Amino acid sequence: MGKYGWSLPVAASSYAGKIDFGIWLIHAAMLGIFVLWGTFFVYLLVKFRARPGHNAVREDHDDTPARISVPDSISKFPFAQMLYKNKGELKSLIPDMVIMTFEVALIVFYAIPVWSSIKASVPEVKDPIRVEIVSEQFGWNIHYAGPDGKLGPRKMELTHFSNPIGLDVAHADSADDVVMGNEMRLPVDRTVVIDLLSKDVIHSFFIPEFRLKQDAVPGLNIPMWVTPTKTGKFEITCAQLCGFAHSLMRGDVHVQTQEEFDAWYKSRLATIPASAQPTNPAEEF
Amino acid sequence: MAHDEHAHGGHELSFMERYVFSVDHKVIGLQYLITSFIFLLVGFALMGLMRWQLAFPGTPIPFFGGLFPSDLAPNGVMSGEFYNSLGAMHGTIMVFLGVVPLAVGAYGNYVLPLQIGAPDMAFPRMNMMSYWTYLPGGILMLASFLMPGGAAQSGWTSYPPLSIINPGQTVWLLSMVILITSSLLGAINFLVTTINMRAPGMSLWRLPVFVWAQFVTSVLLLLAFPPLEAASVLQLMDRVFHTSFYLPKDLVILGQAYAGSGGGQPLLWQHLFWFLAHPEVYVLVLPPMGIVAEIIANNTRKPLHGYKTMVFSMIAIGLMSFMVWAHHMFISGMSASLSNFFLVTTMIISVPSVALMTCLVFSLKGGSIRFNVPMLFALAFIPLFAIGGLTGLPLGLTVTDIYLHDTYYVIGHFHFVVVSGSIIALMGGTYYWFPKWYGRKMNDTLGRIHFWGTTTTMVGIFLPMLFMGLGGASRRLYDPTAQLHNLPVQGWNVVATYSAYLLALFQIPFIYNFFNSMWNGEKTPENPWQATTLEWACPSPPPHGNFEKTPTVYRGPYEYSVPGRKTDFWMQTDKN
Repeated sequence: MGKYGWSLPVAASSYAGKIDFGIWLIHAAMLGIFVLWGTFFVYLLVKFRARPGHNAVREDHDDTPARISVPDSISKFPFAQMLYKNKGELKSLIPDMVIMTFEVALIVFYAIPVWSSIKASVPEVKDPIRVEIVSEQFGWNIHYAGPDGKLGPRKMELTHFSNPIGLDVAHADSADDVVMGNEMRLPVDRTVVIDLLSKDVIHSFFIPEFRLKQDAVPGLNIPMWVTPTKTGKFEITCAQLCGFAHSLMRGDVHVQTQEEFDAWYKSRLATIPASAQPTNPAEEF
Repeated sequence: MAHDEHAHGGHELSFMERYVFSVDHKVIGLQYLITSFIFLLVGFALMGLMRWQLAFPGTPIPFFGGLFPSDLAPNGVMSGEFYNSLGAMHGTIMVFLGVVPLAVGAYGNYVLPLQIGAPDMAFPRMNMMSYWTYLPGGILMLASFLMPGGAAQSGWTSYPPLSIINPGQTVWLLSMVILITSSLLGAINFLVTTINMRAPGMSLWRLPVFVWAQFVTSVLLLLAFPPLEAASVLQLMDRVFHTSFYLPKDLVILGQAYAGSGGGQPLLWQHLFWFLAHPEVYVLVLPPMGIVAEIIANNTRKPLHGYKTMVFSMIAIGLMSFMVWAHHMFISGMSASLSNFFLVTTMIISVPSVALMTCLVFSLKGGSIRFNVPMLFALAFIPLFAIGGLTGLPLGLTVTDIYLHDTYYVIGHFHFVVVSGSIIALMGGTYYWFPKWYGRKMNDTLGRIHFWGTTTTMVGIFLPMLFMGLGGASRRLYDPTAQLHNLPVQGWNVVATYSAYLLALFQIPFIYNFFNSMWNGEKTPENPWQATTLEWACPSPPPHGNFEKTPTVYRGPYEYSVPGRKTDFWMQTDKN
């Protein structure tokens, strides 16, 4: 079980650190802004509190009659008259400018590149684990493509409680496929490329330690990927309301060494009837 | 008097005409006020039940557990279906029956015509109709609890296909259509009133900020609600006539092929819904901001800092709010590269929001700040709303949203915005305009107890949610302890629950104060706050028709502490 606590859970995927960096950076900035503004706010409240002998002092504002004389050197420029008259107000836009600069930097140097690498594209890896996850009320079916890297086809009419994803076992691509319910096994440090689907309503596949979250929408095949970096058992949870037993929709992902994973996969394949065995049962992947 | 001919040709009004089916914007405003406060309490009570389940899952609800039918709460323990109903109805009631009618229906109706110097709304009968559409819609919404299978269970967002297959949703959709119609009627009325009914001299740049806020809000309602109304009708057809606007083919529901599934797309609903629901957030926030601006200008005794900046910011927010909806959908499965566009627009909309907040804070500078009860609420709005705004940043940023989306962090964020932002400001508005409504003041000591109790317990509810969200705790879980990753932060659920019950206790002084002051409060003069805006230039409460004679406006809304004058306020109607 991963460690949880007051703040972010342990980071167990290749991109978890990048997401955490953003979360901490923004929170540090937020705290800074809040403390600075809060101090200024309290200072204003104390300094300008109503008390005998203290009167409010007006500042020049939009409706003030034009009693400001703008120096000639400034009035030459277009809009200078207007800008000069409102210079008090413009000064108050400085905090806005600071925050905007921070946000632009976040967008350009952080959000867009990192988002593109996590969500907008699946990395080109030589030998990914191929998995299809078919979610339903209230469980996760994990369908491994197996050594051939090809997912066996599914047909809705074959769906049965003994075959929840409707896998066409007669098809050649299905021969080395393994389907698991609510239990996922992954070798550590290998990229897994996942197609996320749903049979009924919208679910959301969430593994907090991986910082992996993606809605599963019926009718769509949504790609996602992750590279686990720590061995151990982590929780898979559904993050989107999916019905009365939503809180019971959970599973476990076991991140193992490559050897443990291979041994497990072989033991799963052995339970499949002989006719459906791959042509070369000794083949490793 | 002249205003008696205004709507009824001089005859005596019967009780029904005067208090029930009234066309007077002030009566309608107070009807909205009381009704929406009651709905807020109902929504709050639903939350109280949910909070028990979240803090102590699987234990019988104390006191009330036995009152529920056994299919909803067997042995007094809430079922998953019932929990989901409470969640959906809490959200719907708070947003569509509580805050919006309070902010727009109550304050807008009562104050806006007075502040622009109008005798009434442009279409008084349509105004009455919008209230009498809202109330039945609201009652229908509540009545859905009596449906077989209970009320709607798909969250206030009502995402299909879940919403198509769940019970209770048909009534939810019907009442949404009715409520949207009510809001549309109101929005049209506000727009026409603001444009056409302003008193002589009341130019656009002399409108109080509150009127601007209501104006922008009405534009948002007018443009955002029709898509949701259409979307709701489509969803209703999916449910009732088995069309499949939102259902893809090959749906298998609990092991059975679903007959109604065709060539639809569940994400279509999400786009249509959030196209309304994001502007809706600003509908919830702008009027309270207007109220805060009014109260701050009045109690600093100086003009607002950056009146025009505030107005332009509100207009900018209004325009931008239609371009940010899909930031609710970063991980929904829509095109991942499209997210970059909504990331940028979402960050841009924070610019005018920061400008508005900056103006409010700078308005304090150089003032002579009076700390009366309305001002306390207005001041508390600033830091609490700031927390809400700031915590929006990691949710608006695509990358960090991957982790925080659908966690308690989101709940903490929007409750800081809407509850400790909007509702705090709206409560301040009640204390501020109460003398106008009833010619009496609310009790100061009770007001202060209410203020300090409410603000501290609110922080006690919503701050733990932010911690829980960072810990990864998912929202909408009927039993958070069923998932291991929630266990370490479960203690925060208990803290939040007790804070919520304390918050309920601290509303008692408010409710008592409100009704007691209505009859027994200290009598006040016409302009007790020494304010400058037009609503204080007529008797309290104003008679039918509002002003003895049409007022003329000579200056901007916040002429406080003008040098060389005897008093520190200069009303908009005073010629000299």
